[in-house]
Amino acid sequence: MFNASSIIVGLEIGTSKVCAVVGELGADGALNIVGLGQARSRGVRKGEIADAQLAEEDVRHAIVEAEQMADVEIRSVYLGVTGGHLRGFNNRGVHPVVSADREISEDDVQDVIKNAKAINLPAQNHVIHAIRQHFLVDGQDGITNPVGMLGSRIEVDVHVVHGNLNRLQNAIRTVKGLQLEVDDIVFNGLASSLALLTNEQKELGSLVIDIGGGTTEYVVYGNGIIKHTGVLAIGGDHVSNDLAYGLKVPLSRAEQLKIQHGSSFLEEAAKGQTITISNELGLPLKTVNLEHLRRIMSLRLEEMFQLIGQDLEQAGALDYLRAGVFVCGGGARIPQIAKLAEHVLQMPVSLGKTNSISGLKSALDQPEFAAAIGLVKFGSFQQRKRAAKSSLTDGIKNTLGQLFRRG
Amino acid sequence: MNTIAQNDPVVEGPKKSFSLKVVGVGGAGVNVMELMLKSAPPGVGFAAVNTDAQSLAASSASVKVQLETQLLRGLGTGGDPDQGRALAEEQLPKLKSLCEGADVVFILAGLGGGAGTGISPVLARAAKEAGALVLGFVTTPFACEGARRQRLAQQGLAELKSSADGVICLPNQKVLKMIDENTSVLETFKITNEFLADGVRGIWRLLMHKGLIEIHFPDLAALLRDRHAESAFAVAEAMGPTRSREVMDKLLAHPMLDGGQILGESEAVLVSLIGGPDLTMAEVNRVMEQVNRHCEHAQVIMGAAIDETFTERLAVAIIAARGNPEHESAGTAATGNGEEFAQQLLPCSTTMRPGSRFVPPPPTLGSDQVQQLLARQGRGGARQRKSPSKLRQSQLPLEIVSKGRFDKSEPTIYKGEDLDVPTYIRRGVALN
Repeated sequence: MFNASSIIVGLEIGTSKVCAVVGELGADGALNIVGLGQARSRGVRKGEIADAQLAEEDVRHAIVEAEQMADVEIRSVYLGVTGGHLRGFNNRGVHPVVSADREISEDDVQDVIKNAKAINLPAQNHVIHAIRQHFLVDGQDGITNPVGMLGSRIEVDVHVVHGNLNRLQNAIRTVKGLQLEVDDIVFNGLASSLALLTNEQKELGSLVIDIGGGTTEYVVYGNGIIKHTGVLAIGGDHVSNDLAYGLKVPLSRAEQLKIQHGSSFLEEAAKGQTITISNELGLPLKTVNLEHLRRIMSLRLEEMFQLIGQDLEQAGALDYLRAGVFVCGGGARIPQIAKLAEHVLQMPVSLGKTNSISGLKSALDQPEFAAAIGLVKFGSFQQRKRAAKSSLTDGIKNTLGQLFRRG
Repeated sequence: MNTIAQNDPVVEGPKKSFSLKVVGVGGAGVNVMELMLKSAPPGVGFAAVNTDAQSLAASSASVKVQLETQLLRGLGTGGDPDQGRALAEEQLPKLKSLCEGADVVFILAGLGGGAGTGISPVLARAAKEAGALVLGFVTTPFACEGARRQRLAQQGLAELKSSADGVICLPNQKVLKMIDENTSVLETFKITNEFLADGVRGIWRLLMHKGLIEIHFPDLAALLRDRHAESAFAVAEAMGPTRSREVMDKLLAHPMLDGGQILGESEAVLVSLIGGPDLTMAEVNRVMEQVNRHCEHAQVIMGAAIDETFTERLAVAIIAARGNPEHESAGTAATGNGEEFAQQLLPCSTTMRPGSRFVPPPPTLGSDQVQQLLARQGRGGARQRKSPSKLRQSQLPLEIVSKGRFDKSEPTIYKGEDLDVPTYIRRGVALN
């Protein structure tokens, strides 16, 4: 029988699909993906819930499917959040070392972190993550653990991801409406990067771009820490919408055309070609110009990478990316997307692979599931941290409590 | 700045031979012209054209043309553009001789009434036949002036567009945002007139003054052609050492530009900088950098001019033209000198009818407009108003870019651009 604490569920309520991934944390600390449930999402636009009822229904379907597959009962989830309202920025905290011998103590470290996390934000904004970056001791950069060092001034940078509280609550309420607990909310881009990147890649510096249905998230790692995050409320939906408008076809048809004939580039071979759409009887309905389709699509995707490139340039994050760019999300399925990104960003680009976790091959192979798998991984980190923190008595209390709760 | 002082005689030489004529048409046009008359540099000719004897009598223009028939008894057209048009056609030679000898003719008019709306397209054609390049500066009425005037104005605008080289249109309704509630009607009209005059001044300064960076009329005309669905003007001035920065702040705060958002949406932007002899390239550069950042996808034409009276001051005028997606491809750049440009224009402009001196008012461009005219002639009385407005309504959706499935969601605005609108439309890529 599974111990409740060893089951970790990641739930992503995306614009195109709702996806629940069940992971099992073994006694040796290894994470194994044991279940996957998904449903087509109908109540979400641009990563945010637009129709709570439909969204709730879709989440229920995904959860039930995941429960059946993993043969567990899901009680709580790590919920992925996204949306155009999310912002990331770096904040620095400063703390003077007051002790006589100038030795930095554990308390000093805690204080400086507290200072860094004290961020002046409007009341309606909620901090999702405050991720610690490197310490600076007397201006010396790149220190990972300053305890025991000598110095008069200690500083630390935190990367803060924050968003509008009400809009974040919408997703949480949807999940709570299904009698599920939310362990934590996690920025989807962060989750994807956790699933995709190995420690070496984080150390070298990489950019993860998760091209979703309604939003595109990106995260920059450098020297092993998160340097920059961002959300662009543009995704596959925009491509479909552009096609529907430009080719004058209904949205569902545009979606289909995008999947069947879409590409990131307008090749010479596509020029002057046409596609004939036929109905179920095989009778031709409409002819669509392939050149137009490709042009509309490539312009949109090119612009998306350009916007990301601009943002990274502004943030000064482009210099860190020695391991290159990794693309995931449904958008990674677009043919030649890596080549286009390479062309725009002038950097090596590859499709991200979730290979740092073991388990269901069918789940791990798909670029769409990166975020949900990353959520499980995030959960496993939290779980380990919690386990390490709680002392023996706490441990007993917890186990007892859990036993009672289960009973 | 020494180099400029040395260049003075050289630069000024060719510019002096260039003659500009400003013609105010109709009541509003004459008023705007009056405003400019006071601050006009030498070498600019002014003329007033109207049907109303009273308005002309009050004007101080050197040339006054009253279009008159027995029918009107000097009382104006009574708000009927057809009357104005018929009069102008009848007295085409008179208008033509008015424009003779000018290289560039600016037509100022308030659209929506009888004289301005009816006469200005004919005048534009007459001026072109007389060999001048024609630029129209017009206002469209306030919304409260009624749908009929609005419709007439739109019709007049379309006619003027097809007969002039370029039209800059200032919707009065936009000005309404900038004035406070207690402004009197008289004052309001004064402000809109002032606005139009500012825009005209900004352009003529560019054309007339010796420039650091010169602007050529053909470029200007190419920029404005087919893109004048709506234009926003903004003029700002600043003094002192930080003037280049201040002036941009003022411009971006300008209500007409909606906090710079208009710049992002526009696809043709004209920037005119006027400074004293102490204007530095770095300042020009700073202003342009800011402008370019705000309108990445727009075609930007800039000119910098020197005016002795502007020592230590810097004035920047911006004219942003929002495009008409259907006409996009037509407005591509045209180079070469003015004469060539005018010749290029001749064959493509369908209303140009060389031998049409005594032909009654020509039916306008589009077939729907022809139908509209026919409908008006065919029916009488109350029906007159109904049918054209119906036609107009049916055209409306064509101009709106539908946002499809993002219609109801929060728009994704990035640097003043709505990213939900397809990229190819925002970048003006034609699918043909």
